[in-house]
Amino acid sequence: MLAYANPTRFLRLARTLTPWTLGAGILLSLVGLYLALFFAPPDYQQGEAMRIIYVHVPAAWMALFVYVCMAVSSAVAFIWKHPLADIAAKASAPIGLVFTALALITGMLWGQPMWGAWWVWDARLTSVLILFFLYLGYIVLWGAIDEPTRAARAARILALVGVVNVPIIHFSVEWWSTLHQGATVFRADGPSMTTPMLIPLLVMAVAYNILYVAFLLIRMRMEVSERRLRTLRLGLEGASS
Amino acid sequence: MSDWSTFFEMGGYAAYVWPAYGISILALLLLGMLSWRAMRRSERLVELSQSADSRP
Repeated sequence: MLAYANPTRFLRLARTLTPWTLGAGILLSLVGLYLALFFAPPDYQQGEAMRIIYVHVPAAWMALFVYVCMAVSSAVAFIWKHPLADIAAKASAPIGLVFTALALITGMLWGQPMWGAWWVWDARLTSVLILFFLYLGYIVLWGAIDEPTRAARAARILALVGVVNVPIIHFSVEWWSTLHQGATVFRADGPSMTTPMLIPLLVMAVAYNILYVAFLLIRMRMEVSERRLRTLRLGLEGASS
Repeated sequence: MSDWSTFFEMGGYAAYVWPAYGISILALLLLGMLSWRAMRRSERLVELSQSADSRP
């Protein structure tokens, strides 16, 4: 019965929230970019290359956060069978994929001048590459299975199995000796970063979070409409036969 | 003028810093625009087919 639940209330809320979240996300991104390029001081070791961190770290955080959201939505879809939960998970995947790709690319652009290599097969980099392929596999899976309920079920399982990779990514810098530096913000003893560097980083992180909400609302509206179109078409075929 | 050229030089890391910012802005802009266009298209199609259904 819930499969036919009317998402009208969600649509009404999403329509009001879309312009606000989109506007706030763009505005805060511009503030963040300004702070990252003009306000933040160069690092005493890394120099101006440090500025790559302000687009790298928030993208990497989002890569993980979006995956966790996708897995939680998948779990909710499994337990309560709420139709919007599958839609939220499916709508999140391309956004997570883009954030993961950005984390990898900006990381390579930082690695080349700092480590002298675009890529190393180190625990952190490899586990994030696996995250990229998890997102990709999830998207492909939705497209590969024609029957929507079976596709949703397979996608949920993949999202939930893949969540083991999230703690692996987070702790990879502690469990294995890696080239990638350890955490500087999420530490037990507090952030080990000067305030003029921390502020642009946090502003960019909040901006990326709001952009995620905006893009999620847009993509969920798209999914809801596409499902509605599918049922309308099925109804027409049923009526004509 | 020279202030700006030192800014764009990024202490010799221009070849890494600017592509990192460029690709971030471009990718998010593209994701937002493509998602927006696809959403508008499917919402319009729903409106069209619903008005077609309600015809006597």
